[in-house]
Amino acid sequence: MTERYDVIITGAGVVGCAVARELSKYDLKVLVLEKEEDVCSGTSKANSAIVHAGYDAIPGTLKAKMNVRGAELIRRLSKTLDFSYSQCGSFVLCFDENDIPKLKELYDRGIKNGVEGLSIISGDEARALEPALSDKVAAALWAKTAGIVCPFGMTVAFAENAAANGVEFTFLTKAEDIKRDGGGFVLVTDKGEFYTKYVVNAAGVYSDKLHNVVCKDEIKVIPRRGEYVLLDKEAGGLVSRTIFQLPTKYGKGVLVSPTVHGNLLIGPSAVDIDDRGDTETTADGTAGVKAQAALSVPDIPYNKTITGFAGIRAHEVHEDFIIGETADGFFDAAGIESPGLTAAPAIGEYLAKLIADKSGASLKDGFISERKGIPQVAKLPVNERAELIKQNPLYGNIICRCENISEGEIVDAIRRKPGAVSLDGIKRRVRQGMGRCQAGFCTPAATAILARELGIPVEQVTKNRPGSEQIKESL
Amino acid sequence: MKHYDIVIIGGGPAGLAAAVSAHEAGAKDILILERDERLGGILNQCIHNGFGLHTFKEELTGPEYAERYIKKVLEYGIPYKLKSIVADISDKREILYISAEEGAVTIEAGAIVLAMGCRERPRGALGIPGYRPAGIFTAGTAQRLMNIEGYLVGKKVFILGSGDIGLIMARRMTLEGAEVKCVAELMPYSGGLNRNIVQCLNDFNIPLKLSHTVTKIHGKERVTGITISKVDENRRPIPGTEEYYDCDTLLLSCGLLPENELSKSAGVALDRVTGGPVVDDKLQTSVPGIFACGNVLHVHDLVDYVSEEAERAGYQAYRYAAGETANGGETVKLTVGHGVRYTVPQSIDAGTMADSVIVRFRVADVYRDRSIAVYYDGKLIKRTKKRIMAPGEMEQISVRKDSFAEKTPDTITVCVED
Repeated sequence: MTERYDVIITGAGVVGCAVARELSKYDLKVLVLEKEEDVCSGTSKANSAIVHAGYDAIPGTLKAKMNVRGAELIRRLSKTLDFSYSQCGSFVLCFDENDIPKLKELYDRGIKNGVEGLSIISGDEARALEPALSDKVAAALWAKTAGIVCPFGMTVAFAENAAANGVEFTFLTKAEDIKRDGGGFVLVTDKGEFYTKYVVNAAGVYSDKLHNVVCKDEIKVIPRRGEYVLLDKEAGGLVSRTIFQLPTKYGKGVLVSPTVHGNLLIGPSAVDIDDRGDTETTADGTAGVKAQAALSVPDIPYNKTITGFAGIRAHEVHEDFIIGETADGFFDAAGIESPGLTAAPAIGEYLAKLIADKSGASLKDGFISERKGIPQVAKLPVNERAELIKQNPLYGNIICRCENISEGEIVDAIRRKPGAVSLDGIKRRVRQGMGRCQAGFCTPAATAILARELGIPVEQVTKNRPGSEQIKESL
Repeated sequence: MKHYDIVIIGGGPAGLAAAVSAHEAGAKDILILERDERLGGILNQCIHNGFGLHTFKEELTGPEYAERYIKKVLEYGIPYKLKSIVADISDKREILYISAEEGAVTIEAGAIVLAMGCRERPRGALGIPGYRPAGIFTAGTAQRLMNIEGYLVGKKVFILGSGDIGLIMARRMTLEGAEVKCVAELMPYSGGLNRNIVQCLNDFNIPLKLSHTVTKIHGKERVTGITISKVDENRRPIPGTEEYYDCDTLLLSCGLLPENELSKSAGVALDRVTGGPVVDDKLQTSVPGIFACGNVLHVHDLVDYVSEEAERAGYQAYRYAAGETANGGETVKLTVGHGVRYTVPQSIDAGTMADSVIVRFRVADVYRDRSIAVYYDGKLIKRTKKRIMAPGEMEQISVRKDSFAEKTPDTITVCVED
């Protein structure tokens, strides 16, 4: 029998989960379809983790609107949904006096977009605030409202809150085709067919696929790969704000930024590629990122590197987000590249409203608006930590020694809905294995806990999707 | 706050030997804090033999070697806590530890011995390009999964880095039926002991490719292969030398890093080269009353030397806690010259030093038929011919107190000469 839903969202990235969370306010039966094993497994997991202030996008574009509104929502939601966010501010640097007009152009755009707290400061003023900056910095646009966020934490928070309000999630399910059926659609997946009245296309780098089946105006997503280098927390204090350079046609250039967890992030490169799943890092890409970052911050201690990674942005040839009802009953959130992470909650709010209006759905009673995150035990004051361990001794069994993550937190990550089913899923929820040893010491224990909690043999424990099993056989 | 005369952080070979020696010296109030569920540390997963030739004049396995010390700890009734991880040490020697049983507990120590060991350099820190699939393990993690948990991590294995654990795992995985394709080493010489090259690679016909590195990891879900390249004298890959290996697993044995996050929280000064604390001849760090030994101090290749060093640290911690140490005031600085990377200790207190102080160090390259030379304030004191020296094998000299009879030098320099 075909399952019937009011709304099916394709893609459990930050946008899909934000839409799901907003839709869960209404009397609607909602399903999120995801081809990977967990939420936050595509573009949402590998990006700059920035809450952009909103001065980049051209006034009047969807990018501009969603960016500014999204940044405001993230500030609020980080409290009600309990995810890590810090309004650290950002600089856009220019290295030549002659480029100051370009900073002014960004400043003016920001004013038009309604961004507050913008100012242009001299190179010396910038260096006084950020001593690690290069002597060559001529001036900077300072955006006090820019921030940093945990992209995993935010996506999981949206997903958990949506699930708490009745949204269903189906993982390892790939939408392969879409057909009109009466007043609605049939989504054909590798796990069977799903019937729905409305579709939200939040499929990231794959968002042109379903769109082009349903809509008259074709869109084209160009996968654009960005490589990053992540440094140990020891280097995290090198800068206290996100440091950008004047943007180029490929994006906002290479940034140097603290993360909400105290690491230092450098990147991204920007290379258009053919394969939408090609998240390889390359020697040239990494070297390019380092060379460009050196213009902003010359002495980055790369001997403190703990990992490198690459993510794919969904660059759409029309240059703006495609958001809205692009065919009857078909709602797009397509071509969501930067500032997509920032914009996500605004996109969710906007699309949910459109769908509610169209369907005539009413707000439901008993919507749970708040969500509490998994306790970050090591960050608690000693007495609170002791108390928590007394209540649940698993919080006192430290598994990840670099990040000080306990078995209790890992178990929480697995048991929550939607919960972690892979080692990466645990890592993204509670940071086990994200520290300086990069899961060297804690992999055996985390593997055993995951197997125990899921009731599967350790040979079936995966790093992420099926095929990524870690253990070949029991001896 | 509960007080202990001596708290030892880590119940591995260093911590155990320090505890035993402190007890034998007369310490009565010792506590060992161990984060794992058993004493013995990394020795528990080192089930191969070759341990103890210096200490016990016999060949033991890792667990057997650990057992010798654990027995003494039990016999002496030295208290220890398992599954208790230290979260913080203050410069006032207050220690916060966490355990499921006790929660979060702060205790106070008369003296502290740091014996937390080291960690392995992970793939991310090496910056190997390519995908990030399952099947990439540090050699020690693979060793633990195999020897403690009982799992084989791969069937077709490539090993990058010729550190001792990688070499041991090449043999171990071969014996369990895996096919170990090759070991590649970035440097023109191996980072491991020569005996391990012979017994773990040569005896099993596993090739060792020096001056090679992995330049790409293939496979989106699980490793499907790797590409290696030859490197030039600046360790840069040479285009055109790529070779593809079909494998499902990449093991990394690319260096060990002393794990000193806690030392830093206590304000202990670290040596840029060793990654461990800067210590004097008592193995005392820059923070009075905090001592260090074993792989947290500098990475050793033989556990026998860890035990010997830890015994000294334990003894000195006992003396400090008992109020028996005084500052002699005459500090001799140890510096390195050509061909020597570091020394441990980094200084000697001439006033209070023992009759003879062992100074350990590593050389920077492979040297044949060269000498180790020791200078006091620029004056040659001793030159010892060595047939072969390599970075993978620790060297040592001893500095005798009576050699300062004429005049105590400001600086002792150790270097390699023709």
